[in-house]
Amino acid sequence: MEKDTKAFQRVYTKLFQLTKATVSLSAKGIGYDELAIVDGRLAQVVKIMGDIVTLQIFGGTEGIATNAEVIFAGKPPSLKVGEDLAGRFFNAYGEPMEGGDIMGDEREIGGPSVNPVRRMQPSEFIPTGIAGIDLNNALVTGQKIPFFADPDQPYNQVMAMVALRAKADKIILAGMGLTRDDYLYFKNVFDNAGALDRIVGFINTTEDPPVERLLVPDMALSAAEYFAVEKNEKVLVLLTDMTLYADALSIVSNRMDQIPSKDSMPGSLYSDLARLYEKAVQFPDGGSITIIAVTTLSGGDITHAVPDNTGYITEGQLFLRKDSDIGKVIVDPFRSLSRLKQLVIGKKTREDHPQVMNAAVRLYADAANAKTKQENGFDLTDYDERSLKFARDYSEKLLAIDVNIDTDQMLETAYGLFSKYFKPAEVGIRQEFVDKFWEKEK
Amino acid sequence: MNTIGNVTGIIANLVIVETEGTTAQNEICFIKHGGTRLMAEVIKVVGNKSFIQVFESTRGLKTGSEVEFMGHMLEVTLGPGILSKNFDGLQNDLNKMEGVFLKRGEYTEPLDMDKKFEYKPLAKEGDKVQAGSWLGEVRENWIPHKIMVPFKFAGEYTVKSLKKEGKYTPDETIAVLTDGDGKEHKVTMIQKWPVKVPIKAYKHKPRPFKIMETGIRVMDTLNPMAEGGTGFIPGPFGSGKTVLQHNLSKNAEADLVVIAACGERANEVVEIFTEFPELEDPRSGRKLMERTTIIANTSNMPVAAREASVYTAMTIAEYYRAMGLKVLLLADSTSRWAQALREMSNRMEELPGPDGFPMDLSAIIANFYARAGFVYLSNGESGSITFIGTVSPAGGNLKEPVTESTKKVARCFYALSQQRADSKRYPAIDPIESYSKYLEYPEISEYLNENISENWTDSVLKAKDILLRGKEAYEQINILGDDGVPMDYHIRYWKSELIDFVILQQDAFDKVDASSSLERQDYMLHKTLKITDFDFSFDSFEDVGPYFKRLINALKQMNYSEFDSDKFKKNEKELETMLKEQEKEEAKEEA
Ligand SMILES: Nc1ncnc2c1ncn2[C@@H]1O[C@H](COP(=O)(O)OP(=O)(O)OP(=O)(O)O)[C@@H](O)[C@H]1O
Ligand SMILES: [Mg+2]
Repeated sequence: MEKDTKAFQRVYTKLFQLTKATVSLSAKGIGYDELAIVDGRLAQVVKIMGDIVTLQIFGGTEGIATNAEVIFAGKPPSLKVGEDLAGRFFNAYGEPMEGGDIMGDEREIGGPSVNPVRRMQPSEFIPTGIAGIDLNNALVTGQKIPFFADPDQPYNQVMAMVALRAKADKIILAGMGLTRDDYLYFKNVFDNAGALDRIVGFINTTEDPPVERLLVPDMALSAAEYFAVEKNEKVLVLLTDMTLYADALSIVSNRMDQIPSKDSMPGSLYSDLARLYEKAVQFPDGGSITIIAVTTLSGGDITHAVPDNTGYITEGQLFLRKDSDIGKVIVDPFRSLSRLKQLVIGKKTREDHPQVMNAAVRLYADAANAKTKQENGFDLTDYDERSLKFARDYSEKLLAIDVNIDTDQMLETAYGLFSKYFKPAEVGIRQEFVDKFWEKEK
Repeated sequence: MNTIGNVTGIIANLVIVETEGTTAQNEICFIKHGGTRLMAEVIKVVGNKSFIQVFESTRGLKTGSEVEFMGHMLEVTLGPGILSKNFDGLQNDLNKMEGVFLKRGEYTEPLDMDKKFEYKPLAKEGDKVQAGSWLGEVRENWIPHKIMVPFKFAGEYTVKSLKKEGKYTPDETIAVLTDGDGKEHKVTMIQKWPVKVPIKAYKHKPRPFKIMETGIRVMDTLNPMAEGGTGFIPGPFGSGKTVLQHNLSKNAEADLVVIAACGERANEVVEIFTEFPELEDPRSGRKLMERTTIIANTSNMPVAAREASVYTAMTIAEYYRAMGLKVLLLADSTSRWAQALREMSNRMEELPGPDGFPMDLSAIIANFYARAGFVYLSNGESGSITFIGTVSPAGGNLKEPVTESTKKVARCFYALSQQRADSKRYPAIDPIESYSKYLEYPEISEYLNENISENWTDSVLKAKDILLRGKEAYEQINILGDDGVPMDYHIRYWKSELIDFVILQQDAFDKVDASSSLERQDYMLHKTLKITDFDFSFDSFEDVGPYFKRLINALKQMNYSEFDSDKFKKNEKELETMLKEQEKEEAKEEA
């Protein structure tokens, strides 16, 4: 059955194959990746074999009958972009949650990538006040970096805090499998901070079908590209939670009978995630897209395919960990890393920043060794004792996520702790910095 | 007449084309889509169905679209003007593309056809020549770029005529050759070559017999890379593979560096674009970009072109090797290339091998590494490709197909350790696990002893031994406790720490420390070994660490100072004073 409605829309009503996520029918002249509506639900072409077209239904196929109405849209998924997006929240399809329309131009989502020779090297420091980030893992505009956190850690809270302090022109929140509580939390903090007009949200909550999530990051990143390219704005994109996004990828690929790779994830996971994260960019005209994401871990396992592939794509990662010695959540200095930090530290910040950072982490590592010794019941040397005391102070005064000071204060605090517990030779930073800053800070 | 076909199936970038004409494995074809043409490569043929992998997104593509088969494999254009360019994996000149975003179906000319090059002939009329023979020479930046008999020319030819010295564009005929049948062939400065076929225009390929200086102590001193050698750098994410490769590209003693950014971050390529035109080659004083060519197929660029990118890079390296140059080829990351193969193989529903990779992965990797090497050309000159690839093992676990397949073929193994990276001991090359098979080559060891210092290899083995014994001592201390082991264990452990901090660790971001000359490496290794030879005595094990830390600090300050500068000497003096303290102690005890 085939009948023409609007110019490009053809309607079919005969499905001959139904699976949990897909339907297949016989249709002609259909484009790959094209959208369709199946029984009122959004779907996308994922395979064409001769006259047989397979559609993936984002909302799932429950209750769809073989005579369901299929209308092809003649175009891939898109979003209307314009200033009108600011201050509003949308569902995974880019429809305003409070109803109404968006004024703006229609753009295909998941568009092409930036020519690498047209990119600029990121060079703008994003201070957050959190020393675990600014001192040890400085963030830079155009960077992409996830929080690696267990589900019980306050990652959404830290992310909201970072977003508000980052002085972005726009903050774009992409919520995937966000609990309703967390969604309302984000709305509240942004509202209380008077930042709601700088926010755009694309939200898929736990109440929505999981496969719909697949559209969310592309929607958010298309909006981000609009503001960064056309308005030259500094855009911060928050992706939470990318593990749930990857789960949706695996649901689809498993239902399409693809050979699963590690941890039942599709073999293309690396490319699928890289395509999104690589949208982070510094444009020559001042606009930028910075991506801060969340990848939840199960039981702290970073060798799982999702965090593992993410780590290979992003420019570092921020680990949150509860330090039981001080009873606070800290940014773990061992496993956290900002790969772009060397573009700004010691350049946009004080010259001794890199050395102070490394020295402190090395001493913290010595403390970790001392702690192992202690736990194994061995005697501690005087140096061990001092490094343990240092570690506690370092954790409390610098690593804890409730720290909010500027970078110079962070460096001063570090020298303060160095000179309290160590001699310069034990700290091992360049003599010229010792001469210049050590005594002075004491 | 080119074969024409029609699209009958589409699954992501795998497209099925039906045609009545002939098609060939790896043949290039173009799909007509609206006003653009999408490039693709044949990867399988079954009956009248050709399976092609499209080097672009297939969004919007419809069945019935016309496909034209080009009758040749994926080729690169070789000629003057490649140097310093930024290409994508299919050798499109990225700088020639318009707009900020890449456009599907936009292909650009790799070379600048209207640029004139200063040319002078090298051969004479009447000379007998063959593929790869040097006919003439042009200046490309600072490189004497040889114009060669095209590699596709089989058999012997006679030079009939040659253009006189002068300025010519790459597409002008500069020579006419006659083949055995008296047929004439025109030669320009450019030629094409299919990337998946090795260029074999050389006489023979001996075992590598000299080392390639890299300026990186843990490589040069402990596990040297040979000129024309192969090596790989596996390591979990964030352990320093890319920083190490960038450091190699900056400091290694090569005429030319070809970098294949294969499925990795765009910002890392931007770093090269931004920094290399400014940074100086420590040896020639020229800007680094003048010796560098980049093949950028970053992770957001089409997956199929990722596979092509490493071959494109290798072919360009082979081209310059045939000119008698020393080429360093770096690929980051070969795992992304293997993953591209896996994605395609899965889409074609082939029987998967371990971890879903194609069954012939090992063979593909082995063939690729085999293209590197030191060669003697037919005119007696030599050239080389030294190849170092990175590997990104899933979960950081080295028991995975890409690492295992690579380990079988690459002669140097630079394993990056998570633990070393976590404790910021950079470069995080594991001193115990890593190896260079070249150290076992008698010709290399002879070369080292002759060119660095007498008994150099013995000193290196000694340093390795100290590191190993230090590690064992450390394990014992951890099991038995500080006071549960003899004093000697502490001293042994700290001697290995001394070598670790002074020789192994090197600050890639420090102007002075980033690169160390062989002369300096020789000096520092022997300085360090003199200390470790010393018979130390301490009253208590608690004194060992602090004393060695002072020694390490002085030696590190030496590393941070220009070699033989006043500052260097001042720190050295401080070191000597500290050592004297111990000598006195010893004298006291003996008395
Ligand atoms: N030699 C070094 N000196 C100082 N810092 C280093 C060094 N090597 C690596 N690092 C630090 O480690 C970070 C990660 O290094 P790099 O990007 O080379 O890792 P990688 O192994 O390539 O990771 P991936 O597999 O994710 O690409 C760098 O951004 C830098 O902060
Ligand atoms: Mg890397």
